[in-house]
Amino acid sequence: MNKDVDTIDQNGMNRTHPESGSALEGASESASVVETKPDKEPKQRSQLAEVWRRLKKNRMAMFGLTVIIIIILTAIFADFVAPYSYRTQNLRRVAEAPSRDHLLGTDELGRDILSRIIYGTRVSLQVGFVAVSISIIVGGFLGSIAGYYGGRLDNVIMRIMDILLAIPSILLAIAIVSAFGGGLVNVMIAVGISSIPVYARIVKASVISIKEQEFIEAARAVGAKDLRIIFKHVLPNSMAPIIVQGTIGVANAILSAAGLSFIGLGIQPPTPEWGAMLSGGRMFIRTAPHIATFPGVAIMITIFALNLLGDGMRDALDPRLKQ
Amino acid sequence: MYRYIVRRLLLLIPVMLGVSFIVFTIMYFTPGDPAKILLGERAPAAEVAALRTQMGLDDPFLVQFFNFIKNAVQGDFGRSLVTKRPVAEELFARFPATIQLAGSAVLIAVAIGIPVGIISAIKQYSFFDGATMTLALVGVSMPNFWQGLMMILLFSVYLRWLPSSGYGTFSHLIMPAATLGTSSAALITRMTRSSMLEVVRQDYIRTARAKGLDEKVVINKHALKNALIPVVTVIGLQFGYLLGGAVLTETVFSWPGVGRMMVDAIRQKDFPVVQAGVLMLALAFSLVNLFVDILYAYIDPRIKAQYK
Repeated sequence: MNKDVDTIDQNGMNRTHPESGSALEGASESASVVETKPDKEPKQRSQLAEVWRRLKKNRMAMFGLTVIIIIILTAIFADFVAPYSYRTQNLRRVAEAPSRDHLLGTDELGRDILSRIIYGTRVSLQVGFVAVSISIIVGGFLGSIAGYYGGRLDNVIMRIMDILLAIPSILLAIAIVSAFGGGLVNVMIAVGISSIPVYARIVKASVISIKEQEFIEAARAVGAKDLRIIFKHVLPNSMAPIIVQGTIGVANAILSAAGLSFIGLGIQPPTPEWGAMLSGGRMFIRTAPHIATFPGVAIMITIFALNLLGDGMRDALDPRLKQ
Repeated sequence: MYRYIVRRLLLLIPVMLGVSFIVFTIMYFTPGDPAKILLGERAPAAEVAALRTQMGLDDPFLVQFFNFIKNAVQGDFGRSLVTKRPVAEELFARFPATIQLAGSAVLIAVAIGIPVGIISAIKQYSFFDGATMTLALVGVSMPNFWQGLMMILLFSVYLRWLPSSGYGTFSHLIMPAATLGTSSAALITRMTRSSMLEVVRQDYIRTARAKGLDEKVVINKHALKNALIPVVTVIGLQFGYLLGGAVLTETVFSWPGVGRMMVDAIRQKDFPVVQAGVLMLALAFSLVNLFVDILYAYIDPRIKAQYK
């Protein structure tokens, strides 16, 4: 339980009074709630809390966040929200236009499109979050050791990242999926790998800017090991740009995964994936255009909301816009 | 400047070798035996084995890789397992269509993005600004394969103005180019706007205004030139990105480019084509980026000075 409270706080998403930024206040507060070590937590929290404070004023970003929360809730409670099962076929009611029974119509196999879109939120959100987590974990690790140690190690890592960057990311994802096959897990891995370099670069840049600061020197002076310094002190302080890039990254990952499924290399039927649904409806664009239309609208709304939030966070983080 | 270009070109060699290695490795581990694909499923085992030896498929991994590189440098990427024709020949036949598509898309994106971005910046917080910024975000958020389908629905199925697929005439090009160019147009609009806003806040713009210059002159002569420098980078990056993004658009409109060829090749397990296709697009992408960097140095005297 305590752990949950702590994570929410770290993301700065759930704090109604984020002004408790000063070192003393933050430390005493967290000490009374959780038995945490009062080392560098308050500083990090205050940075994200500050971002959240500015983000709250941005109405478009809040709108995006609301839509994303609704989508997440839809995914969690899909069993209760969806009017039908996502896989029940009704061959007597194939490719029907929207009606009272089927609000968004039925697809080429007589399945309810609304229900499939609702269950599809699970697939898309999973792909988006898992793929971005893969990129952040691997890219963040490579970027932080490159930035922290510098020198030859840095050179080797960043040159490999350059090579990966030279392949347009969708092509890299296509190549990986074509080799290892489609399916949910492979799509996540392929999309995740293809954006590792982006995070490696961001993390490296922010590690370099942080590692010269005094509190890192202090940590080193008391004999902390490199890995501990990186994970406990450097990375928590470079979370902000990663979170912003990650939000936009989720949007891009969902788009790439849908694209892969659209050309038939991604998630396979009967899993209700939006791109695959669109691809299935493509053949019927002349006779039953609703089959291809609605899944695309679902993708667009999701991506639009994520972009609104991402834009808002970027603005909130921009020190030049600080009032 | 000259030395800078040469250095960058030389740096491209290890990068392309690395790209080749990655692509070759991925294809190497792809299930499916090229010899079997060439001879058909029912070919006798002895024949398959003989062909494997002849194609060098039984050689150690690194030997195969070095042979691949050795041939690739000479422009030989092997033969397609499906059409049996040289891969390089097939790819070069398809490449112009992809360049044409990506080029037209960039032209559309620039023609829309730059003027709209400038007007948006000049009239910051106006209705026009709000509307275009929302539209631009919608443009970035639309999956382009879906947009393509929707355009087919509107312009081919309902209005019957444009052909839904095919290649050759101008009317065939309009929808694929517009589809591919939309997200770039949106990005360029946003970039132009924010870059203009940044420049307009600078001291020298205030000076120009203070000395009583006409607002038109201030914008056209002083602000625009500087604001467009970062936009040029974005345009170049977009062109490179579109070469990759064309895969989806080409599939939607049955456009006979490299992208669709690769998607077909993946379905047919035609490894040499996939391999060479990724390499070719990656090379084109890197060359475009290099060109942008050089152009950037050329139009920004501050950077040019560094390499003198």
